[in-house]
This record gives sequence, C-alpha cells and structure tokens, in this order.
Amino acid sequence: MSGAAGPGRAPLPCAARAAAALQLPGGAEAARPGVAVIDLRFPRGGAADVHEIVFKNFYTAFLSVRVQRAGPPGPRRWVTCLRDHRLMPSPHTEEGSQDYFSLRHHQMLCDMEQVTALRFILRQPSPAWLHFSIEELQSPQKDFPSWLSQLTPPEQPASPHGELPDPEKVSTEVQQMWVLTEVIRARQAAARIGRFDVDGCYDVNLLSYT
Amino acid sequence: MLDPDSGLSLTIARIVRRLQGSSLHSQLERQARVSLHKPEIKLESLKEDIKDFLKTSGWEKKLQNAVYSELNVFPSPCHPAAPPEHMKEPLAYMRKAQRPASEQKELLNKWNEMGTDEPDLSLFRPVYAPKDFLEVLMNLRNPNYENGEQPSFRNHLGLIQVPLKVKDIPELKEDFSELGLNTGQLGIDDSAQVPPEFFENEHVRVGQKVLAEQDSAAAQQYVRQGCPTALRADLWALILNISNQPEDILYYEQLKSNVIQYDLLVDSLIYKDVKLTASNDDYYFVFEDYLYQVLLCFSRDTSVLEHFTYSSATPPKSYIRGKLGIEEYAVFYPPNGVIPFHGFSMYVAPLCFLYHEPSKLYQIFREMYVRFFFRLHSISSHPSGIVSLCLLFETLLQTHLPQLFYHLREIGAQPLRISFKWMVRAFSGYLATDQLLLLWDRILGYNSLEILAVLAAAVFAFRAVNLMEVTSLAAAEAVLADLSTLKVMPLLQIFLFATVT
Repeated sequence: MSGAAGPGRAPLPCAARAAAALQLPGGAEAARPGVAVIDLRFPRGGAADVHEIVFKNFYTAFLSVRVQRAGPPGPRRWVTCLRDHRLMPSPHTEEGSQDYFSLRHHQMLCDMEQVTALRFILRQPSPAWLHFSIEELQSPQKDFPSWLSQLTPPEQPASPHGELPDPEKVSTEVQQMWVLTEVIRARQAAARIGRFDVDGCYDVNLLSYT
Repeated sequence: MLDPDSGLSLTIARIVRRLQGSSLHSQLERQARVSLHKPEIKLESLKEDIKDFLKTSGWEKKLQNAVYSELNVFPSPCHPAAPPEHMKEPLAYMRKAQRPASEQKELLNKWNEMGTDEPDLSLFRPVYAPKDFLEVLMNLRNPNYENGEQPSFRNHLGLIQVPLKVKDIPELKEDFSELGLNTGQLGIDDSAQVPPEFFENEHVRVGQKVLAEQDSAAAQQYVRQGCPTALRADLWALILNISNQPEDILYYEQLKSNVIQYDLLVDSLIYKDVKLTASNDDYYFVFEDYLYQVLLCFSRDTSVLEHFTYSSATPPKSYIRGKLGIEEYAVFYPPNGVIPFHGFSMYVAPLCFLYHEPSKLYQIFREMYVRFFFRLHSISSHPSGIVSLCLLFETLLQTHLPQLFYHLREIGAQPLRISFKWMVRAFSGYLATDQLLLLWDRILGYNSLEILAVLAAAVFAFRAVNLMEVTSLAAAEAVLADLSTLKVMPLLQIFLFATVT
C-alpha cells in the first residue's frame, strides 16, 4: 500500500492496511456501502510532519482526511484536516477516476505537524463502480536532515570600510548569475533541428517482425 | 491535480523548451541583433528598446502565435508523479485496448505477395475499414464498471458501453454560443435572399483586418462564425501557425526525394485507398495527383511521430532481421507511425480546394492531422476522441429523439452504425464541399471535434419523419445515404438552439 518511492519522495513510513469498507453490524450479506476507510499509523508511536500527500485515485469520488496528533497523554482526538474533497467531478462518469492528486499543506484545515496517525475516508456514492480505493500513497518529505537546523548562527563579521560594496548584495547577484548559467546550460531544446538525412534503411528484406 | 501556480510554471517551462532552438527563436535573435544598428535603440535601456522594437515590427505577434499554437496542441501538464503513459491516456483499460498486434502482423504477411516493380493492387485489401473499428469500440469495457445482466441505468442503450463524461445540450449551447440564433453565420446569413449589407460585408471586412494583424487567437475566434471563401486559405494557415518558410519548403522537397528513392509497402495501401475513395468521388477526382503527392510524403515524415506524446496510440515497431528485441535496431514502420486505413485520403481531399502549392498543402494537412484527425481513429478518453464523440451522439439522440432512437433500436438499426462512418471521416465525402469547409471552419474555431457528433444527431433529427417509417437497417441506411443536399449551419442551429425539449 505504501507504493514505490519516486525520486525525492519517501513512502509514508508506517504500517498500512487495505481499505476497509464500512459494514452494518449483523448484516447478512456483504453490502456495498460506498464508504471505505484506510488507516495509517506510524510505527512505534513515532510522529512526523506531513507536508504533502500524493496518491493515485481509483474511482473514489470524495475524500476526507483526519489526523491524530502527538500531544498530551490520554484519549487522543481525531481532527479533520480535509473534508469531502472532490476527486471525481461527476461520480457516475470516468472523469478524474484514475488521476494523480496532491494534497498540500495549505489545503488542510489544521496543522499537520507531529502527526501520529492518518485516516482516509473514501466515499463513492455511485453504485456503478465495483471497487474504489486510492493507490500509491506517498508523502514527500522535505529533505534536509534535522541536524542542519541546529547549527549555531555565524558570528557577525566586523563591518567593512564604507567604500567597499555590501557583501550581501554582491553575493546575491553572483548567485543569481550562477543559477542563470546553470539553468541555461542544463536546458535542452526540444525543437527539432531538422536533419534532412534518412538514417536507417527501410529495405523490405531486412525487416522481420515478432 | 496541480494547483494553479505550479501548473502555470510547468506550462511555461515546457513551452520555452519547445520554442528554444526553433527557427522562430533564431529569427528573433537575428532581428534583435539587426535592430542594434537602429538609432532609437539606446544602450542604457537596451532591453526595453529591443522589446519595443520587436513589438512594433510584428515579431512579438509571431511569438504570440507560436505560444498560442503550443497551448492549443499540447494538453496541460500532468501531476509530477504521473508516468508518461498516463499523460497520453489516463484510463488503464483504454491503454490496453489499442489495436491488436494481429492486424500489424497481417500487414507484414502481405510482403511476400508484393510485386517487384509495380504494386499488384488486386492482392491488397485495406488494413481495416471503419466498420471493423466500430466493432472494437463496441467491445470496450471497463472492468470496474458494473455491467449487470438486468437492464438498468448503467447499461447504455446504444453501442458504446463506456461511461465517459459527455456534454448535454445546455452545456453545448454555452460552448457553441457563437452559433446562436442571434449571431450572424456564414452558411445562413450569406444566402442569396439576405442582402449582404446585413452581415456579409462587415464580416469580410473584419476578416481582412484579422489577416492584416496576423493574430492566431483572433483568427480562431473569427472563424467560429464562418470564413469567407476568399480568405479561408490564409486564415486557416494563420490559425494552424503555418508560414511556409524556405526551410519548410526544403523539408517537403526532401520528403519528395525520399518518395522517389525509396519504396514502402504502405504506398500500395495509399494507392489502393485513393483509387477506391477519392477517385470515385465527383468532387475530388481531379485532385488525384495532389493526393498521392501529399500522402506518400506524409508516410515518410518522421516529425509526425511527435504527436504520439499526447496521443493514446503507439506507433508500430519493427526490428531489423536477426536483431529481434534489441532497441537500437528498432524502427517505426511506417516511418510516420500511422497506418492508413480505408478512407484516409478523404482527410486530404477537401484541402486541395484551398491550397494549390504542394508544400503548403502538405503542411496544412500534417498540422490538421496531428491536431484533430488522429483522434478520430485512436482509442482514448479525450473529449474529442472518437469514443466520446460516439457516446455524445448516442446520448443526444436518446435524450432528444427518444422515440426515434427506440424505433431504430427495435428494427435492429442502431443509429451509431450509420453515423459512425460520417464521424470517422469528419463528414468528408458525404457533404457538399462548401458545406464541409464551413463545418471544418468550426472545428478549427472551437479546437474540438464535438461538433461532428452534434451534426450527426442533427441530421437524424432532420430526417426523423422518414426514419420512423423504415423497418430495416438497409432502409434506414438508404434514407441517410445521400447527405450532399444538406445545409450544415441551419441544421446545427435548429438542433442546438431551436428545438423544443
């Protein structure tokens, strides 16, 4: 369920379970209720900041997300951070049914710091679909290690002589120039150069086919 | 889903990457360098002065047109996590439903029958006809969709069983608002009974102004009300951003020399197709030579392969003998990746009325193909793809002519069986040429093929009275066999804006 890690992206380091459908107690046959829940819990009671959630939809129409945060001991409350987010504009039709989605920090209703558990509530009101779920759940982490933020700030150097240019200004400008040259060097043009030669040969006798 | 800011910067980055290194880019650089000699360019405000110069000399407009054309052709960027095949076609089961390898193998088996000097046409039959394609579309199923045995709202009454989102008439009315009853149209308001001062003269004047400005976006908006015949060739070239530069002419000449030097198996398919369709048509038989010139070059043009980045189809691949499976020895066959089907030459034939220079005709056709026509014979969930068009046609007919739809279904004449061939060919060869060109004006103006489905439904609505009396598929086809007397714009207007629901 956590899926493969893409570049710069770490799967949610937690124990995941498959989507569990809501059932009425004592129900005789398995109904299709149209609501399913996926619970994710960090192992060993750990907690992490969640900046972004990326997933691939599979015929889910609406998504709600609730989090449990690390806090004072005692019964923990679930806090809703996303309510009825619409994934499929028209639940009976295919639009948006297999698309990739990102949920970002600024779309959430509450803080996503020190989260211990996540609950995804999936709703699909249309009876037309046999299964619905979300796949490839990932949470890209900001990749600077924690020790970096604990460096002591450098001491302020003695202020230079008045005629010298301000070092901050110079360094920003030099940095901008450097970034620009890097970008230009790295950018590959996608336009065709328009080679006018025919490479390869389409002689009939040479080709075979699987 | 991307939030708007990152989507915008991704789009900008993609357009810059595509335009950088193109001939427009080098021309702009050359112009900027030349402008340095001009007295009004001052060193202190160099950047602004050059920008102003480019604006006044019309180069900024060319750049705007190029950016606009890129925006029109390429879909909006996908989520960064999405793999590239997701951008071509988001639905997995449609990706898997592409044309099977068996048909490609059939093409290969015919090699042994090929004559050495001239193609023996009697041994060839077309790779597939629209009828076969319809069978494939009918069998498209979403494995996650509940197609139960009992009839329910989930089972579509028509032939297409895929639940794609299609527009209904109120949405179509809004999208095609320029076709409304209160707006002047060419095809209606330029008929002999209407004095030209009311609409036609003013429309032609506006058209000439648009051409003088050389603005693609304005031309696309203008063409929604129809194109005057005299201006049509230039306006279409402006919308498609074709300028017929010397290097384009050179490219065409290069393709022509490839035709002369190398022989391809698809050439025989093309010869056969032209002989069977365009040469038999009263309007297009005179253009037979043009058709060969364009289509034979088209099948050798590898720049057409670029459209496969946003098309759901993949070009057929083959390997040099003995090197099966090794990627360096893989080639696309035919070189442009498109196997022509029966009726393919009809996409080119109407354009021969507009363009007489082979290289310009070729470029216009190629651009029209990679923007619109490829969607008519590949399986995808795009709103302009043939699957959506078929579903739109059937939904419109069911919603607004339920009695007719039920009657036709009862006698075993599913309406889509009759209208499919019209839509796959974009009505080319079925309508009179002037009416067809008015229809294709709107395709260019709205950048979508949905109008084909609306017209098909409008034709059924027009002949509804006769169709209610038929009792077999053959009789229904006979009623709808001849469309050459139909006037396209009044039909569309009545169906969209004047039908009482």
